[in-house]
Amino acid sequence: MRISLQDVHKVFNQGRPNAYPAIRGVTLTIEPNQVTCLKGASGSGKSTLLSMIGCLSRPTSGRIHLGERMLSSLPERFLTDIRRHTFGFIFQQFNLISGLTVLENVLLPAYPLAPDFKQLKKSANALLERFGLQHKAQSPVQWLSGGEAQRVAICRALINDPQILIADEPTANLDTRLSHAFMGQIRQLREIGKTVLITSHDPVVFESPVVDRVIELCDGQVVEG
Amino acid sequence: MEWIRRQRYLIDFILSSLLRRKGKNFGLLLVYTLVVFMLASVMLFTHALKREVGNVLQASPEIILQRTEAGRHALIPADYLEKIGRLRGVTGRKGRLWGYFYDATVKANYTLMVADERELADTEVIVGSAIARARGVGPGDYLTFRSHDGIAYSFMIRELLDSDTELFSADLVLMSERAFRVSQGVTGGGYTDIVLSVSNPRELSKIAEKLTQRLPDTRPILKQEILRTYDAIFSWRQGILFVLLAGAIMAFVIFAWDKASGLSAEEKREIGILKAIGWETGDVLQMKFWEGAILSVTAFFTGYLLAYLHVFYASASLFEPVLKGWAVLYPAFRLAPVVDGLQIATLFFFTVFPYVVATIIPIWQASVTDPDAVMR
Ligand SMILES: Nc1ncnc2c1ncn2[C@@H]1O[C@H](COP(=O)(O)OP(=O)(O)OP(=O)(O)O)[C@@H](O)[C@H]1O
Ligand SMILES: [Mg+2]
Repeated sequence: MRISLQDVHKVFNQGRPNAYPAIRGVTLTIEPNQVTCLKGASGSGKSTLLSMIGCLSRPTSGRIHLGERMLSSLPERFLTDIRRHTFGFIFQQFNLISGLTVLENVLLPAYPLAPDFKQLKKSANALLERFGLQHKAQSPVQWLSGGEAQRVAICRALINDPQILIADEPTANLDTRLSHAFMGQIRQLREIGKTVLITSHDPVVFESPVVDRVIELCDGQVVEG
Repeated sequence: MEWIRRQRYLIDFILSSLLRRKGKNFGLLLVYTLVVFMLASVMLFTHALKREVGNVLQASPEIILQRTEAGRHALIPADYLEKIGRLRGVTGRKGRLWGYFYDATVKANYTLMVADERELADTEVIVGSAIARARGVGPGDYLTFRSHDGIAYSFMIRELLDSDTELFSADLVLMSERAFRVSQGVTGGGYTDIVLSVSNPRELSKIAEKLTQRLPDTRPILKQEILRTYDAIFSWRQGILFVLLAGAIMAFVIFAWDKASGLSAEEKREIGILKAIGWETGDVLQMKFWEGAILSVTAFFTGYLLAYLHVFYASASLFEPVLKGWAVLYPAFRLAPVVDGLQIATLFFFTVFPYVVATIIPIWQASVTDPDAVMR
């Protein structure tokens, strides 16, 4: 599914004295089955743009299309529905729920969709195996190393078999070696036909051969890409 | 089908989630159970007690006739039994002899009563089990009373009273008429009071009216009046217990409110994560509903069960200090188990419902926040 943005604006605290235009007229198209990287200085609006694409928030103005559907006009309920079927999220802080096991964390996004339990467990185990975590399935997540936690986050993002993966600064908490490993995992995802959207100011990411396209943001506008 | 499966997933999640904070949740469960236990104990106890008293009084005579002298209860001469004359509807009449006796050794009052139907010899008595316990005696042993004029009389205990009726018989001593008259100095032949049996309760007031006309120095006491008095006494005691409990409940409410409304930063973060990975506000609320429901229903049933055991199998021993006032010899009674549906429903409504609401409301505020909060 192609994602296209037309003249998207995002103003925080609109109408108040501290109003802040984080995104100022972005128009771009993200091709399916590719790895796209958004790069830019801190505060340039990468996360803001990503959350609008991932249906976590809405643009103040402009249009976002996901395939044929126009996201910006859909009511909240539908947005959640699209989000959980179409997008998988990997966050900078991993955002795993501590106290729960690796397996439980991976299963979490599937709970509201209530799939058949046997099948769900099978696909969860298959994912854990693919990312070399099967022996950790029953460990509490707070015992994991940074790299393992990142891989759990990837498994969790993939549990509902989304078409598009969104990763916000996925390597910010990883060292160079683990960052390279992460890009290797992104390559795997690309090979199985996922669309991947990453934000990063880490050269390991945006200079990686896995990345098909780099889009640079500056002060809420696209400067290159 | 899918709905049920989703609820099962949510319950699964909340169970492992509750187990993460074992100490806190277990403490909450404990306090909660305790509150339910206390409330349910009072309810079960007073309810069963009322029933018991009702049952016993049901079997008691419809009218008790007392003579008064200067407004106080006095002995009633035996010929009053004749003076009553024929009264329509009265099926039986009988003079009773009873009184109180203070036993200095155990510092308690006994109720002495003449029981003709037991055909006791003049040297025999039948005593309630509380007396037997207090004096450390049993059937075959001798019991000595100092009479009104200072002479000591010894009686052999023929048997103990059935403990089923212990609520009323704990401090009872049954003896023969002669033994009573001699030891208590009631030699004139009078009775303590006269009891009348009436078959048709609608005739009661008419009979009572005639009695006061024919014997102006007497006062008829109707059974209903006794029932009403008992009711008032029990309600009053229940009231005291409820006041004591109010304190406990207040503490619990504050505790629950604090727990529920003081949503920790960690919980807020978790709700944010759940929303970001695709949970709807509704899913989060349902999950929290299950948390409240599981906790409070567990507490409710454990508390209620414990209260049931406490009241019906442990003789409500925790209430002894409050309830003891009505007889120095506290009866070790066994109340017949009574469970009232409406009572359970009331208790359920006042304990489970507020808790579930108190857990959900603050979550509502947290779960309507934007899911993109986790990106920051
Ligand atoms: N909810 C908000 N309210 C007000 N301002 C916000 C809000 N969210 C983001 N901003 C502002 O919008 C700008 C862009 O934020 P954004 O998080 O998109 O930057 P970023 O490019 O992801 O930066 P970083 O690389 O540090 O993550 C920042 O200046 C930030 O302060
Ligand atoms: Mg960011």
